[in-house]
Amino acid sequence: MDSAVRARWHGRLSLGLLLAPAILWLGALVILPHVELGVLSFRERVSPHNYVASLAQYKTFFTDPLYWNVFVRTALMSVAATVLTLLLAFPIAWTIAKLSTGRAGSLLFILCLIPFWVSETVRTLGWMILLRESGVLPALLVKLGITAAPVELLYHDATILVGLIYTSLLFMVIPLISSLESLDNALIEAAYDLGAGGFAILRTIVIPHAAPGITAGCIVVFMLTLGNYLTPTLLGGKNSQWFTEQIYTQFITRFNWEQGAAFGFLLLGLSTAMVVIGLKITGQRFGDVMRRT
Amino acid sequence: MIPSLPRPAWLRTTTAVYVVAFLAFLFLPLVVVAVFAFNDAPYPAPPWRGFTLDWFLGNSSKGRTGLFADSELMGSILTSCIVALWVTLLSVLLGTANAFLLERGRFPGKQALSVLMLAPLVIPGVILGISILAFASRIAEFADDTLGWELDFLRPGLPLVVLGQFSFIATIATLTISARLRRFDRTLEEAAFNLGASKPAVFRTIVLPYLRPALLGSAAISFLMSFEDFNTTLMLVGADSPLTVMMYGRMREGASPVLNAVSLFLMAASAVLALTFMRRRPPAH
Repeated sequence: MDSAVRARWHGRLSLGLLLAPAILWLGALVILPHVELGVLSFRERVSPHNYVASLAQYKTFFTDPLYWNVFVRTALMSVAATVLTLLLAFPIAWTIAKLSTGRAGSLLFILCLIPFWVSETVRTLGWMILLRESGVLPALLVKLGITAAPVELLYHDATILVGLIYTSLLFMVIPLISSLESLDNALIEAAYDLGAGGFAILRTIVIPHAAPGITAGCIVVFMLTLGNYLTPTLLGGKNSQWFTEQIYTQFITRFNWEQGAAFGFLLLGLSTAMVVIGLKITGQRFGDVMRRT
Repeated sequence: MIPSLPRPAWLRTTTAVYVVAFLAFLFLPLVVVAVFAFNDAPYPAPPWRGFTLDWFLGNSSKGRTGLFADSELMGSILTSCIVALWVTLLSVLLGTANAFLLERGRFPGKQALSVLMLAPLVIPGVILGISILAFASRIAEFADDTLGWELDFLRPGLPLVVLGQFSFIATIATLTISARLRRFDRTLEEAAFNLGASKPAVFRTIVLPYLRPALLGSAAISFLMSFEDFNTTLMLVGADSPLTVMMYGRMREGASPVLNAVSLFLMAASAVLALTFMRRRPPAH
């Protein structure tokens, strides 16, 4: 064998050795499990160990108002959480990217980062201690004379939103900062010199420039919120009615895997649809968005 | 507005107030968790009844079990560590292989493969969990029916938790290590080859030291993400619970300052990890 042929075989061999683990990972842990989930969702149990293909699981979802309501509610609450997170995160991202110079900026950034090194379980525990009827904030409200007796601040929709926003902030702040930092201050100065007001500058210069960062942040936050389980169940208690909870109930508690699989696919479909729509609106590519965050 | 333009006083004040309020919002939950780990009361709630270490060390005269004597919680910390070590090892190894595949390999379908590798990040963790659970039990049943093998590791339990977490943490390791390898100056490698170095020698003495910061960084991130994962873990867990699942169960049952104690321990551990990791990074990045 001459050396060129040997080199080519060598190259193919090492390519194969590098490809094998990647294919094993994606095949066995991502693609095939989702195929299995799809198969499960399209069948129905007629008697023990006897299944037929059917659309019964999806029919249950669309005919039973309970499931449908929880699904829509989860989607709307996630949209609300995403929008509120954007509104809260934008001023901070602006302060870090444009107003603070040098060390003050990086200090503020690190301060924003710290809470996210701590587990979500711990952060939720903190909110429970703050908000429950015997907790810190109700006691404070009584002491300030705002309420006569301690009020229960847990188990409301607003509580769930606070928890979701809290968990999501960082995922919004980081892409916003990176897109705002690349905005040339001279553009803003020029607009100001030409007589534009603050709002006009924001609308015509800042937001169009930051659009990729805003989309990236919104997509990630929406996805994480939709798929969250811990925060809605602990802060919302029995009233949480989050769709992931329905999936857990069907899969683990009731052992009705067919129904759970269908619910899982519906949630995955909604999540994917939002990602695709978000990318389409701003004309971005998936890979670029993910690398941003 | 930006510093080079005139900013009215009210705007500056509002900005300052907002930043302070924002930071208070971020840190309030963490502060109360830490403070009530030391309150001398059986319930983590105001009023403050004095400082105590009972929730760490225990106090038999008051019937209090401290964190260090709570074998269930300590056991779950150990479980989490074991799971996280496996996930870290697997993710960094695969991440390195993937980095070379994506940055050096030339083959048809590479673009599609690199997009597919990002997919685990956009699939909700709960769904990754149930799909792996369903697929694993399909294989286990198949092996049992046709071959009579009992494949216990495919039933809910720690091996499945490791696989479930690995399925998406591997993506993060891949992204981190690829980003570093992309900036590698290949002339360094060529110089070493010209000087007669063998392929393994070049890899060991040039490429690997260059990748070291990314390898350590992705190991730290993988460990932390595995330790803190809840969604995927909850779906795959068997008899032994990792810490997050154990804490979730206890939080649903009721509150106890022992949970604050274990949380404080977790915060300290992440702080140490974060500080060592940040110090290693060159200041330029």
